Amino acid sequence: MLDLDFDVRCVSYRYQEVLALDCLSLAIARGQRVAVLGANGSGKSTLLRLLDGLYFPQSGSIAFRGEPLTEQRLQEDDYALAFRRRVALVFQNPDVQLFNPTVFDEVAFGPLQLRWPKDKIRRRVAEALDMMEIGHLRDRAPHRLSGGEKKRVALASVLVLDPEVLLLDEPTAALDPKSASQLIDLMLDWSASAKTIVTATHDLEIVDEIADLCYVFQRGRVIAAGPPQQILNDDALLRQTNLIHAHRHRHEGGEIHSHAHRHWHHEH
Amino acid sequence: MKAPLAQPGAVRRRQTRMLRAGFIERTLASFNQRMERALSAEGLARADGLLQQLDPRVKVIGLLALVVATALARNLPTIICIFAVSLLLARLSRVPLRAIAARVWLSALLFTGLIALPAIFITPGEIVARLPLVRWPITAQGLLSALYLFSRVETAVTLALLLVLCTPWTQVLKALRVLGVPAVFVVILGMTHRYIFLLLETARDMFEARQSRMVGVLDGAERRRVAAASVGVLLSKSMHLSWEVYLAMLSRGFRGEVYTIDEFRMRRRDWAALSGFLLVAGLAAWLGYCF
Repeated sequence: MLDLDFDVRCVSYRYQEVLALDCLSLAIARGQRVAVLGANGSGKSTLLRLLDGLYFPQSGSIAFRGEPLTEQRLQEDDYALAFRRRVALVFQNPDVQLFNPTVFDEVAFGPLQLRWPKDKIRRRVAEALDMMEIGHLRDRAPHRLSGGEKKRVALASVLVLDPEVLLLDEPTAALDPKSASQLIDLMLDWSASAKTIVTATHDLEIVDEIADLCYVFQRGRVIAAGPPQQILNDDALLRQTNLIHAHRHRHEGGEIHSHAHRHWHHEH
Repeated sequence: MKAPLAQPGAVRRRQTRMLRAGFIERTLASFNQRMERALSAEGLARADGLLQQLDPRVKVIGLLALVVATALARNLPTIICIFAVSLLLARLSRVPLRAIAARVWLSALLFTGLIALPAIFITPGEIVARLPLVRWPITAQGLLSALYLFSRVETAVTLALLLVLCTPWTQVLKALRVLGVPAVFVVILGMTHRYIFLLLETARDMFEARQSRMVGVLDGAERRRVAAASVGVLLSKSMHLSWEVYLAMLSRGFRGEVYTIDEFRMRRRDWAALSGFLLVAGLAAWLGYCF
């Protein structure tokens, strides 16, 4: 039997009137690369925040490596520091994550909170900046960077901790195709050493590269699960979950043609 | 049928109203001006000048020492000498004097003028002239005390501005740590500075979006409604953002305590500059206090 990183059992979460997760259950094995697919508002981001111990289930339970992940546990200093060292989340909006005055301070923030020795912090920050190819930005203010640079800094700020589980919320959102592709390459390089990666996305183009297993969400529930090829070839499922739509275009003769459009490079 | 053409006078009046610019246009222009000013300040801080090359801690200690010497000085020539030193530093640091004049000299003159003006008339001493019409006496001692105040304020603000213009704000904050400012204040100031820009950008985007959908000019009541609605939306957005930022901090191990790391390294020229600053400030303090 596989060792589980996360075991999510019938978790529900509600934002005032909106039910974000509705008795959702899933399991994520150690070293597995999982894509959580779904349209906007399907509950993907909420799940990542629950897995990162930022929100807590209103009903149901989440276990991390066999232990219940609860608010009480995360109030214990030792457990919280160990958990934060192991699990890291990259937020969808990099402006949320980049709150320090300079790129260096940003990347050093996590290690400082974990109270690493300062020499080790300096060394690891330099390595993380080099890995993300942003060493030249170390003294720049994050708000002066481009969208792609911000994403790299956000990624560096969590990879510096060398976490065992990486949670990514729409990593390619608002990035141009080249930056998105570079970001995926960097992530794949990093994850070569058996890390668990959970990516919430509706960008089907990257799914094949970043995942071994897909969960498809709709209205806070898992409605399908399977390997990427199985999910990506199920047009009916993708259309039902708003992950693809009808694409209309005019041919030379003036005839209007319509087919499923999935924002996926193999289609064009 | 063609629509009747507007009379030239009416067109002119409408254009004048547009040019007079309503609340939104003025707000937008103000946002842009502040952004540009911040950007140009950052450009100066990265210029290849004397102060820019020094360790921020040297600048904070050195320029502060000169400000203290200015405050202690009890004779005008010493204050004027320190002022001359500040102009020389500005010149060597490629800071245009026009930038200093526009930013602080004029406003400092107005501000201290309000405070110093009564002293000219109420300080007892030798009367050198009388104010026309009201015949209030202007005394030599009053003029001298006003001159002291002006020169001290202008010199001190010039030195302070040099520090801010020639040092990225983030480094000024870190350098404050050497003066014993607690880490939590430094971090809060840093975050405030960082998110002011985001707030300005958000506000600018909001106003541009609104402006792009507007035709004509708003009347006073409508402008107030727009202002109130915009403030409300911005507040709501900033509350949401602050919650998200807090979550991002928690996610990276924040437990309520603030830890920082300094990356400053003193080189030989920094030690030399620090010695120079302290020597000049000490000399000025001695000359200004003892003579």
